[in-house]
Amino acid sequence: MERDPFSRMKFIDEYADPELVKKLVHLIQSDLEDISRPVNLMEVCGTHTMSIGRSGIRSIVPDKLKLLSGPGCPVCVTPSGYISASIELAERKEVLITTFGDMVRVPNSSGDTLGRFPKEKVRIVYSPLEAITIAMENPDKEVVFLGVGFETTAPVIAQTIKVAVENKLPNFTCLSANKIIPPALKALADNPLSKIDGFILPGHVSIILGKDSYADLGIRGVVSGFEPLDILTGIHMLLRQIRKGIVEIENAYLRAVTDKGNELMQKVMDEVFEIVDTQWRGLGVIPATGLGIRKEYSDYDAEKKFKVKYPEENEPAGCRCGEILQGICIPTDCPLFGSKCLPDNPIGPCMVSSEGACSAYYKYERN
Amino acid sequence: MCLAIPVKIVEINENKRAIGEIGGVERELDITFVPDVKVGEYVFLHAGFAIQVLNENEAKESMKLWNEILSAE
Repeated sequence: MERDPFSRMKFIDEYADPELVKKLVHLIQSDLEDISRPVNLMEVCGTHTMSIGRSGIRSIVPDKLKLLSGPGCPVCVTPSGYISASIELAERKEVLITTFGDMVRVPNSSGDTLGRFPKEKVRIVYSPLEAITIAMENPDKEVVFLGVGFETTAPVIAQTIKVAVENKLPNFTCLSANKIIPPALKALADNPLSKIDGFILPGHVSIILGKDSYADLGIRGVVSGFEPLDILTGIHMLLRQIRKGIVEIENAYLRAVTDKGNELMQKVMDEVFEIVDTQWRGLGVIPATGLGIRKEYSDYDAEKKFKVKYPEENEPAGCRCGEILQGICIPTDCPLFGSKCLPDNPIGPCMVSSEGACSAYYKYERN
Repeated sequence: MCLAIPVKIVEINENKRAIGEIGGVERELDITFVPDVKVGEYVFLHAGFAIQVLNENEAKESMKLWNEILSAE
């Protein structure tokens, strides 16, 4: 979408007020003075990764505060075997692949990408609904949508599958690699190597799930928006909890996130998908974090229709993405970062998408 | 991927479709997930779908809080 550069963006621009930013940084500094040890906070949303990088927040808060990027980019954590399976599907004569743009750049472990196919064969869509239109316009083709997303996107994909059902579309299927966030947070928090003091919780995933969905995890977290003021407020609230020894879930994104979330979206997601164990690239299998298509919708499941097998593939030697995604190290600790592994020639999953931790670091924080 | 931007609803059409406006640009969106939205309200737009109505009262409250922080000291 193009933006008129002279038009003020309501509910966006006001959340970057430089005076307020300064004041909040000052508050964060005094919070940190009350805490006698370094503090590790992790965000788990690619949009937070980008926003923290772009706004330079890391450079204006004290070094004592480490802001880590967790597995918040769904494209980055999609296993290499899924990429290979999608490439195999794209090679079938009758298949048209439809996908969000980021997926075409992602290499599998042997460096192959969907980007090598002609644009007519692998079509980039902004909304999955466009894949429905493409299926209607191409009745002699099998249109496969690559379903890659977290809770923000999974209901939208579920709704698209329901639209295909309503229209009795015989040539539309989805290859689901959708994932859910809360159990992954729990796995990260329980990892003794990670030493995460609190989570900046993903604002738009939380629009769907609601603040209460994190309550039983026993983690410290603040749901935060994506503009500089939102993120700094989230950090300030997390530090306040740490100072007071409190572990709870708070909401700093009240203009968007409610306690219960968007129940219509939860319902659609639950209707179409079931919880399965799934592999996260760089992290391995995390039980009960995947969304598979329910058997009632199996006609629309590309995995079933094309008997898809996901090959097991190993990450390249030397790549430290697994540790980066768990907050054990940061991108600049990796020997491949910025030398062999670059945005134009990504080796590990965190460099493949613009929202990946390594890619954002490379773009905004190399020095 | 989970990017969602506030868009003002300028028109509501049939079949859960609506027109939203941001930064002077209009685009069509699906309002299946926010069935009670009204013209003039802001929604968060993600992948062609409105996923939430922006709560303007809460937005004002947060701004008030931030301004209090600003005027402290």
